[in-house]
Amino acid sequence: MIRIANGQGFWGDSLEAPVDQIRRGPIDYLTLDYLAEITMSIMQKQRSRDPRSGYARDFVEMIARVLPDLKERGIRVIANAGGVNPAACRDAVLDAAHRQNLDLKVATVSGDDIMDRLDDFLARGVELNNMETGEPLSAIRAHVESANVYFGAFPVTEALARGAEIVITGRVTDTGLALAPMIHEFGWAKDDWDKLAAGTIAGHTVECGAQCTGGNSQVDWQSIPDLADVGYPIIEAEPDGTFTITKHAGTGGRVDVATVKEQLLYEMGDPREYITPDCVADFTTIQLEQAGPDRVRFSKIRGRPATQFYKVSISYAAGFKAIGSLVYAWPDAYKKARAADAILRQRLDRLGLHFDAMRTEYLGANACHGIPSAEPTPEIEEHLAEVVLRFGVRSENRAAVERFTREIPPLALNGPPVVSGLGLGRPRVEEIVAYWPALIPKSEVTPEVNVSAQA
Amino acid sequence: MVMAKRRLIELAHARSGDKGDTANIGLIARRPEDYPILVREVTAARVKQHFAGVCLGEVVRYEIPNLGALNFLLHQSLDGGGTLALKADPQGKTYSSALLRMEIDAD
Repeated sequence: MIRIANGQGFWGDSLEAPVDQIRRGPIDYLTLDYLAEITMSIMQKQRSRDPRSGYARDFVEMIARVLPDLKERGIRVIANAGGVNPAACRDAVLDAAHRQNLDLKVATVSGDDIMDRLDDFLARGVELNNMETGEPLSAIRAHVESANVYFGAFPVTEALARGAEIVITGRVTDTGLALAPMIHEFGWAKDDWDKLAAGTIAGHTVECGAQCTGGNSQVDWQSIPDLADVGYPIIEAEPDGTFTITKHAGTGGRVDVATVKEQLLYEMGDPREYITPDCVADFTTIQLEQAGPDRVRFSKIRGRPATQFYKVSISYAAGFKAIGSLVYAWPDAYKKARAADAILRQRLDRLGLHFDAMRTEYLGANACHGIPSAEPTPEIEEHLAEVVLRFGVRSENRAAVERFTREIPPLALNGPPVVSGLGLGRPRVEEIVAYWPALIPKSEVTPEVNVSAQA
Repeated sequence: MVMAKRRLIELAHARSGDKGDTANIGLIARRPEDYPILVREVTAARVKQHFAGVCLGEVVRYEIPNLGALNFLLHQSLDGGGTLALKADPQGKTYSSALLRMEIDAD
């Protein structure tokens, strides 16, 4: 049995979770996810300004902090912290090891960055159409800011086989980070689809960190113990493809069939067709069993052959947006907010401003659910202590969005009464980086694995 | 026989998320024996009706009996999705409990 811990569900997750996973109980591997869909475009911009940047600096700081613990306990780390510059991330980690006089073997997995090859692909008829809308890439080609292939577990497995203690990748699937050590330790074959599917489902279960150990969990949420010290998830993986999800003893949170089921269904499409670069996993085959306190055992998972494609994540500049808000207080809070919305729209109209999208929401009065049955009844409406008017616009035209932001503050003095919320000043204009999913034949791209050592 | 109206939240829990402009809602029976009630009552058509004005596209339902769960895909439900959306909840994270407001016939 091997223990694979997740210490980070997304870039921006708890800084203490990976340290706790290393220090508060036994683990063999630590996996960390740093890459959201828009992260790559941020990193591309950083690298264009400084060729030594373009990766998750948080990761290097964390590794520097725990390096002696990793060496002492023999824990290996797998992280997609390399962003668009895994080599620079590796150099920074080796530098940290050098400063602490520790020897260290670090691998990079790269080759996922296809930004410079897009025109070559298009010229050769590799289309990269949007897999949701079918639109051709030419529609946004001029605005592309990053383009990366999602690799799976096998290049990471190769890095582990070559002795890497830390594996730094570019774009690798979250599930691949957790599956790789199972393939490496248990010698699973590339076409052992059931086992690859099991490891993939284990990876899916832990990829959002504490979201499977009691965080954001609905069943009896008030009785979930000590979320302030919530334990992050650990996979106890067996060579036969069965595994148990648990967390370190003495940590808060809860691992039961309910918390695990919620995470299994998170971001789910067709449950029979969970497609990764490594296999197609079938969620309708999973058997769950409470195997003790904070222990859920998975068995009987079946999978099918992987497809011939990698998924590609392309980010592109898609105009500008700004969102402003004002707080209206009782009495008639909701009516005042609606009146302010009508006034604002008349003023924008009078200014001749046109937007690709405009949206009004009333926080406190059905903004989240937005469905007819969630509208406040007249009685509830009368008691609302406050309602937040939240108004957003989007446009290709930055000047129009800028002009909109000037229309929010005046409403405090020249609109409906008893209003607050101007402490934040004018709304900020944001550049929108949107996401373009596509597919590419696996034969078009090859992962590269490099291993370096600090001796 | 008159069947009692119950809110779905008494029988089920849920988690929701996004893929572009599509929201997914996983709906899970609190007790395995209630799963057939979910299958019978919470049809794709009823979910589409429940999310009137929010879900502008098709609703697709998948059954996952081994987990006592249904998965719904609500197409065109996130104002364009991701960073394009102007919504307070651009990833549909709160649609899970929006679904749990539904009233159903439960025997």
